[in-house]
Amino acid sequence: MNQSTSIVEIRNLSYAVNGGRPVFAGLDMDISRGRVTAVMGPSGTGKTTLLRLITGQLRADKGSIVVAGQELRGMKRADLYVLRRRMGMLFQNGALLTDLSVFENVAFPLREHTDLPERLIRQLVLTKLQAVGLRGAAELMPGELSGGMSRRVALARAIVMDPEILIYDEPFVGLDPISLGVILRLIRRLNDALGITSIVVSHDVHEISTVADVIFLLSGGKVVARGTPPELQSYPSEIVRQFIGGLADGPVPFHFPAPDYFGELLARGEDA
Amino acid sequence: MRKSRTLDLGTGTFMLLGFAALFFLTTQTTSRGISLASPPHYDLTAKFDNVGDLKVGAPVSMSGVEMGRVTKIAFDSKEYKAVVSLRIDARYNQIPTDSDAAIYTQGLLGGKFIGLTAGGADTYLKDKDQIDFTQSAFVLENLIGQVLANFAKSAGQSDSGKSKADAPAEPTPKTAEPKTTEKTK
Amino acid sequence: MKLVQELWESLAEALIGLGAVVRFLLRLVAASPRALLRLDLISQQIYNAGALSLVIIMLSGLFVGMVLGLQGFQLLQRFGSEEALGVAATIGLVKELGPVVTALLFAGRAGTALASELGLMRATDQLSAMEMMAVDPIRRVVVPRFLGGVIAMPLLAAIFSVIGIYGAQLVGVQIMGVDAGSFWSQMRGAVGLRDIYEGIVKSCIFGVTCSLIAVYQGYYALPTAEGVGRATTRTVVTSAVFILFLDYLITAVFL
Repeated sequence: MNQSTSIVEIRNLSYAVNGGRPVFAGLDMDISRGRVTAVMGPSGTGKTTLLRLITGQLRADKGSIVVAGQELRGMKRADLYVLRRRMGMLFQNGALLTDLSVFENVAFPLREHTDLPERLIRQLVLTKLQAVGLRGAAELMPGELSGGMSRRVALARAIVMDPEILIYDEPFVGLDPISLGVILRLIRRLNDALGITSIVVSHDVHEISTVADVIFLLSGGKVVARGTPPELQSYPSEIVRQFIGGLADGPVPFHFPAPDYFGELLARGEDA
Repeated sequence: MRKSRTLDLGTGTFMLLGFAALFFLTTQTTSRGISLASPPHYDLTAKFDNVGDLKVGAPVSMSGVEMGRVTKIAFDSKEYKAVVSLRIDARYNQIPTDSDAAIYTQGLLGGKFIGLTAGGADTYLKDKDQIDFTQSAFVLENLIGQVLANFAKSAGQSDSGKSKADAPAEPTPKTAEPKTTEKTK
Repeated sequence: MKLVQELWESLAEALIGLGAVVRFLLRLVAASPRALLRLDLISQQIYNAGALSLVIIMLSGLFVGMVLGLQGFQLLQRFGSEEALGVAATIGLVKELGPVVTALLFAGRAGTALASELGLMRATDQLSAMEMMAVDPIRRVVVPRFLGGVIAMPLLAAIFSVIGIYGAQLVGVQIMGVDAGSFWSQMRGAVGLRDIYEGIVKSCIFGVTCSLIAVYQGYYALPTAEGVGRATTRTVVTSAVFILFLDYLITAVFL
């Protein structure tokens, strides 16, 4: 991959939770500029952890993460904050501030980071809300929104500062088909209209395949597959086929590790 | 934005109450405080040899009726006496000029107060007058000293050394003790 | 031997906890200057911590004062010194009951509210979202709540004491027949500014302690329902222990 077209470059990333089980051991990844990149994998492979490492919320044990040309390792908090203003993140449950209205939630980054006059803030906020289709809900409180709606508001908030990178953490969880379709459309539209890079963490294979340009499949802390959606459908790998096909058993076993079945049954009987 | 106005009102009210409470505590409960709203009154002074632990703010009463407060306790370095300022309610303006001011004790452990006993004069005390007849506070050490002195005296007088002390009367908690009535001025 | 081991570990954990809390306090203090630029946030938190606690503080103050009036009167009557009731009530309230009871009530009402609010924000990723938006949640969310509590506490304690004194007066003068004049004059005579000062210092220190414990527990709560619940109970328990301990320390220092 050509270096200059990668907006996120991960080399030899190692991370373990509090010195325990390693989540990543020597991960390499390049995320291309201007594309929609999906990161998928079975539960527990550390997809969300990867996002937190990319955004600097967690610090890697070893390896390097370069975001928009800047190395995250050893970065000071203040510099990290400056970098984060160029990124937008959509959390799994929206994470709207519950004591602020929809309008105020979207305006939040503007109020905190800019000195823009009130009129300009209002215009920006309404424009972003219009982009996600919720301009009419500006005066509602987060408690009054449905799951899909609050995620769209969070999306408006994430793009209000015109970021270069948009990160979506499991944006489809718990949504009905219509809301799901809306979010999918927004991901694609925003990416192309704003000329940004989108990183989507999800495990809804079929949904994400309709909008992603590149898919990374993680398993066991490593990249086991990388390619476009059609490429992945016919990928020559057991794990990929199990994941794409939604098969119950395969490289990711159905049974949680347990002692011999009959042995356990009989032993129980003897104790009685 | 309406919500923030009621919020600010609530906060403001709370802060006001809080500071009013602090103000109250520091001024109304301590002796160095300021007294708000004094009714019409006039001021008198009285000089004592010993005021004991009489405090500013102690009541001034006559026949058990409270008619004023002690407002100031100062020291006269020429006569070596304590100068007590009394503020009397204007309603009680018929205190004879030869009245007597004595320092008594409230209860067993109580504070000191000033009791006035009416004299017989036809003229009455007015603002800035001085009470001439005063009795000092009961001081335990002086009493003991007097008792011992009397013992010594009667021991010296009688041969057998039997000390029939004409000790001063047993002081009751509510009365001032020393016999000496001082004439000031 | 195992018991000693466990005791040692608990002690070590307690020390680590104490150190973490103090470091957190330093973080809060460091972030305060910038946080003070948003007076509206602080004002709102003063409302939450102070104005909303007014009812319970005033009610408690009244009842505590009345009990003090009753008990004090009965006790002083044995020495024939009922007129000193004003002194007893004021000293008792201003120096001890005011700051301590207010702090305990504060921990129960405002402290738990702070802890659960922050804990919930932690559990719903609101704090992480703020971090992601390059807004320091300490400055924007935690410090205003901390300062709100610190400012509210001495004011609440003063209100408690004042209402308490009136409660004592209500019982002592109106009901038990203590002379009103003596009640106040003896009080004025015996109570000095130093006593008031001691009470104010106590309530300020309690304010810092309770607010710090509450925001700390909330901020570091585990992001589960259980975690938030545990944060609130820990707030009350830890606050209570520290209040009573510090009460002794401060009283001893002032003596």
